[in-house]
Amino acid sequence: MRSDLDLELVSLTKRYGDTTAVDAINHLFHAGTYACLLGPSGCGKSSTLRMLAGHETVSDGNVLLGGRDIGRLPPAKRGTAMMFQSYALFPHLNVTENVGFSLKMKGTDPDKRRKAAMEMLELVDMTHLADRLPDQLSGGQQQRVALARALITRPQVLLLDEPLSALDPFLRVRMRSELRKLQKELGISFIHVTHGQDEALALADEIVVMNNAVIEQAGPTRDVFDRPATAFVAQFLGSHNVISLAEGKVAVRSDELRLATPGAAKLEGRIITVEYQGTHVALTAKVAGDQEVTALLTDKDFFGAPKDVGEAVGLDWDGTAAHPLRA
Amino acid sequence: MSELFKNRHVTGWLMASPLVLVLSVFLVMPIIMIAIVSFWGATEWSIYPAFQFDNYAFLFGSDVTYRVFFNTFKYAFITWVFCLGIGFTAAYFLAFHVRSLTWQVALFLLCTIPFWTSNIIRMISWIPFLGRNGLANSTLMSWGVIDEPLEWLLFSDFSVILAFVHLYTLFMVVPIFNTMMRIDRSLIEAAADNGASGWQTLWHVIVPLTKPGIMIGTIFVVTLVMGDFITVRFMSGSQSANVGRLISNDISLLQYPSASATAVVLLVTVLLVIGILLRFVDIRKEL
Repeated sequence: MRSDLDLELVSLTKRYGDTTAVDAINHLFHAGTYACLLGPSGCGKSSTLRMLAGHETVSDGNVLLGGRDIGRLPPAKRGTAMMFQSYALFPHLNVTENVGFSLKMKGTDPDKRRKAAMEMLELVDMTHLADRLPDQLSGGQQQRVALARALITRPQVLLLDEPLSALDPFLRVRMRSELRKLQKELGISFIHVTHGQDEALALADEIVVMNNAVIEQAGPTRDVFDRPATAFVAQFLGSHNVISLAEGKVAVRSDELRLATPGAAKLEGRIITVEYQGTHVALTAKVAGDQEVTALLTDKDFFGAPKDVGEAVGLDWDGTAAHPLRA
Repeated sequence: MSELFKNRHVTGWLMASPLVLVLSVFLVMPIIMIAIVSFWGATEWSIYPAFQFDNYAFLFGSDVTYRVFFNTFKYAFITWVFCLGIGFTAAYFLAFHVRSLTWQVALFLLCTIPFWTSNIIRMISWIPFLGRNGLANSTLMSWGVIDEPLEWLLFSDFSVILAFVHLYTLFMVVPIFNTMMRIDRSLIEAAADNGASGWQTLWHVIVPLTKPGIMIGTIFVVTLVMGDFITVRFMSGSQSANVGRLISNDISLLQYPSASATAVVLLVTVLLVIGILLRFVDIRKEL
């Protein structure tokens, strides 16, 4: 289903001298989705985002927003807005002035500007700190101001560059639910760059996993998690075992593995670690070919028949739980 | 005794004492001395200790003083305008247009090369360039731009200010460059994201964030120009005066009390100027 506000990347490429940071990627972001660009550092996800924002020139290819090629327009003319990793709030301006900055640049008169800024601050619940300077705010508060400043330009797509990485873990979890709520309320697309798979899984409707300048796999979050296409995706998303079998490599979720008697199972090995994690117990065994395989067992299952390090054990799974991987 | 050394106030003062000693002997004492001498009396052939306001009365009563002070401010202001214009531009170029750190350092060192020779030599080298039959005049005449040598090139306010700008622009470049290098580059991207043009970014983001550097450079330039006497003497061919020359003339005539009084007034004036400047911008973050 195509809509007027879809964002499409057409063989988008970024080269720095001889190195290719983004190698001719194609992707369609449907309007109104929360998408996460996920990958390790240096995979090209940030370069991609910065090309969408207009802070990095496009070496080759196009960026289409609603059918319009925006790849060579100045940042403010694209219908996108960016929220920076360090928030990039202007330190000499107070919260209201920061939020109203784009209106000031357009020459909107001060009263209107202030009113519009206050509306945005209300959206992010920051009206009570409107006169503070960025230095006087906590990380979470700064982030809300940065959000308000990006949203006041009425973007069709909001680009977020590792927005949660500067926050402490507790705040990170809270802010991510707020981001999600805000996206639902506004109904615009959010494209969020992160290297944290938990963040991507928690937030995204759609995940785009990148590695080595290309898109490794893209799709609805659950599809990607349930059916990783490559060993890289399975390992990067975590909670998966990549097992080399005679018929090729397969990915099996750790919680799909169950213990069996050695000899009567698909794999057998020796337990090397047992880790108690509260609701679950993670049991790692070394199997043939020096591979390490982790099974995530519920605490009831494990303590019903406890095992020790060094014991031989069989590992089994349902045939449907194994997904063959592309080389 | 060992108890005494454990007291942090005592150790603090002990550690500060070498600097306190140096500053009090070489800075505070001389200033106090000058202040005291400024109240002394003098005749054509002698100086005698006294506490009288004759020197100040004469200073404030003479309209030469006002003209010379006005001239000093004029030099300081015009030099400041040019140093700021050139210094800001140079620092902006270094900080924002030169991408690689190596080039930044190289070009920055290039700026300091003139400082390898003394002030006086750099000043005097303008004279053969600007003189009536100097390089500038002969070049302009050979190009046919002018028919007669320009008289105002040398021994004029023009040459004085030219020399000041030449000597002191770097004092503006360094602090401004320093402040600019601390500006987070993502702020400039954020400004572009918010629709600011290049000039708007310069005016609404870079200039406000560079203010502390501008202020430090301003203090350097203003105090250096206001305290100068040799540049004015050489470059004006002894035809213009500033407060520094007034003091140096008095000293050469051994009129120490009068020189001291002028020095005290100049010191107070400069401190007032700096005080006013500091009210505008908080430079503590830079120090």
